[in-house]
Amino acid sequence: MGQLFAVEIIYRGVFQKTLAKNITRDIVLAAHNEGKLGISFGRYGDSPERNGIPAKSFAIVANDEQTLEAGMAQYEPKQVDLTVVLDDTLCKGAESWAWSGLQPVHHALKPGHTLIVISLEAAPALLKNIHRREQPYKLGIVKGVTSFSGMWVYKDDHTDVRILGAIAKALPVLMSLESVEKFINEKLKNSLKVTSARTAFERFTAIEVKAGEGNPEELVKVGLPRWEDMRCGVSIKGQEVGGPFADPVTGEVGGFRPGRNELFKKYSTRTQRPVVNFSTCTKCTLCWLNCPDAAFDITTAGTYDTNLEACSGCGICEEICPVKNCITMVNESEFHDNHSQWAAFETDKDAYLKWLETTIQKAESGEKRSHGFRYRGQYQEQVPEALEIANKG
Amino acid sequence: MATLTVPVEEKKKIDRNEQEALITGAEAIAIACKLANVDVVTAYPIRPYDTVMQYISQLVADGEMDCEYIVAEGEHSQFEIVKHASACGARVFCGSSGVGWMYAMECLTVTPALRIPLVAMVGNRALDDPGAFGVEHNDALAVRDLGWMLTWVDSAQEALDTALIAYRVAEDRRMFVPLAISCDGAFLTHSQALVKIPAAEQVKKFLPRYNRGDLLLHPDNVISVAPQANEDWVMEIRRQNYAVTEIACDVIREVYADFEKTFGRKYGNPFFEEYMTEDADIVLLGMGTMSTPVRVAIRKLREEGKKVGFVRLRWFRPFAGPELAKCLERFKAVGVIDRDFSFGSPDLSGVVATEVRSAMYTGAATRPPVLGFICGLGGREVTLPDVENMAEITFEAAKGKAQPLTQWIGVRG
Repeated sequence: MGQLFAVEIIYRGVFQKTLAKNITRDIVLAAHNEGKLGISFGRYGDSPERNGIPAKSFAIVANDEQTLEAGMAQYEPKQVDLTVVLDDTLCKGAESWAWSGLQPVHHALKPGHTLIVISLEAAPALLKNIHRREQPYKLGIVKGVTSFSGMWVYKDDHTDVRILGAIAKALPVLMSLESVEKFINEKLKNSLKVTSARTAFERFTAIEVKAGEGNPEELVKVGLPRWEDMRCGVSIKGQEVGGPFADPVTGEVGGFRPGRNELFKKYSTRTQRPVVNFSTCTKCTLCWLNCPDAAFDITTAGTYDTNLEACSGCGICEEICPVKNCITMVNESEFHDNHSQWAAFETDKDAYLKWLETTIQKAESGEKRSHGFRYRGQYQEQVPEALEIANKG
Repeated sequence: MATLTVPVEEKKKIDRNEQEALITGAEAIAIACKLANVDVVTAYPIRPYDTVMQYISQLVADGEMDCEYIVAEGEHSQFEIVKHASACGARVFCGSSGVGWMYAMECLTVTPALRIPLVAMVGNRALDDPGAFGVEHNDALAVRDLGWMLTWVDSAQEALDTALIAYRVAEDRRMFVPLAISCDGAFLTHSQALVKIPAAEQVKKFLPRYNRGDLLLHPDNVISVAPQANEDWVMEIRRQNYAVTEIACDVIREVYADFEKTFGRKYGNPFFEEYMTEDADIVLLGMGTMSTPVRVAIRKLREEGKKVGFVRLRWFRPFAGPELAKCLERFKAVGVIDRDFSFGSPDLSGVVATEVRSAMYTGAATRPPVLGFICGLGGREVTLPDVENMAEITFEAAKGKAQPLTQWIGVRG
């Protein structure tokens, strides 16, 4: 049996599906320059055609046919030599569309191997989100803005080749920088991309993450029932209508909390979340009425508190809210918990409003995610910006 | 409407006493629907099934039957509507024929996993092309692997009785799967025969109300039906339906026993009926109304001293494999008459012959030759000479003379 390599790309549905597919394909082709064989595929049970859903793509590479076949004999590799996370908000974990519980991003990573994340953040910030694990591993950051594009269009901002460069550094036995460069020259025919790959290779470093280091959150374990224990008739228990809201601070009961699915949570579907200014809210109900996920709880005071179990971060509430800065969508990487904003507001109004102000300012100046292609020439504007940030290192 | 042998003014008595009427197979099923107090009927015309929808609408118009009667814009909707109505707790009836049944195929595939005890009548008809009205069994057989129960009847009496039995079986909480009663086009759907119509009170005793229990789609029982599921779930869902198939024969046996107790009419073995088999050297086997010419021809052959019998298969799904194999292992050769054919199947036989061979392979102590005959397609009669011919060929096989495993009988050429 020869050497077998598995690389896993964790990405967001729709926004990054072409990028993820390209990277896994490119890995196989670059490694093929060294005589290796491989396949690339997306996890079929995922739903990469759904906005923002965490999904996975894989590249399986081997140095002979039989070893490759051994790697292909299991559809999805249970252990990988390298994991790449294309959006740092996914560091909080990945719940696939076909939900089987929140899984840490290093779920399949072999001990001592490397986790690569595209991010503008430094390792300590990412480790607030990445769950701790029993085996040590390495964490390497490819500095850059998250590359999001649309369903049918692809934004060629060099993220693909920068990842290839980083992989060549992190796992040189899979493919060398020379093989990557040869692939880019021959197949992509773009000398600027060769430079981007080489720069990423040269700059890439990884730190050791010790056993137990990282986000201490306990992950919900999900068990799959036996057929005898499942309801028959392809039926599931429906969503209850809901009931009164119990105020987390005062204990007062009133308002309304919609019924929600006990198992299916939207935590990792989100790349951004709404923050609410309860002091300027006019209680107009528009956010509540228009939310497609019934994510708002109506508090005893009649305000609308985002329930982060249910919010998928679509941003409709921000669009629909008639009051300036009353609801603002903020990048999910700013947050490290899913606590009630209303509770924070009630506990200390001034502190909450101050936090809100800073957060909104940060949101306005910080990284903007573009969920797709909005106007002609948008990508032509974004690509140089992204390259500039990447080249600064 | 039915030519009742009792005066119309004495109709009230009908509910209390068994009556006799000269009716078609389709009419018999319509009357069974009335007796079963069906809640929702959907209809879309296609020969020969459409006779049943005509009779039911007549019953509704005459004030004899109270149901929602919906004429859909096609078979697809026809079967969808009853699926939803059944999920909401209604006893439902529907049916079709030939390509109409095929047009409903998507809806036919979804009912078993959703555990819908829909009772349907298939007026068997050749599939297009060419457009033809005559009987062929390939229409109903198209759902044989989809989780439907399938039964073939050969008389109007059996059609009526089987429709009542069908509701009991399908609506049994252990089952909850759809059931199609196949009636041969023309020979059964359009031929009138004397039928004993049981009293409504007796039917009420035999057939309890349909109780959907925790699967009832109702605001007071908040459930969601038919969500999307990935590979973590589908196999378990299939396994649940497999559990139904494991007990189906037992449930059917129970219901026939209770039918006999309630109405006094005996069907013996529910799964297949044997005719003159006790001392038979060879048997013919088939489904549906071909039983009439086969029985007549057998009597003639018996007069000539030829020991031949007939096994009429009543239930195709579930297929009583072990029981049938035990029955057939006694004979020196078996000739299966298929009113269908299965393109490219092993030995290029019909569906029934292939199933019988499969059952024999695992269930029979000795394996006599099983010949396949394709006969009576597209409504062509299975004639007495045809039957004699098939019997002769089967006798030759019994003597050890090798015969082709599949032969077309009654075809020009």
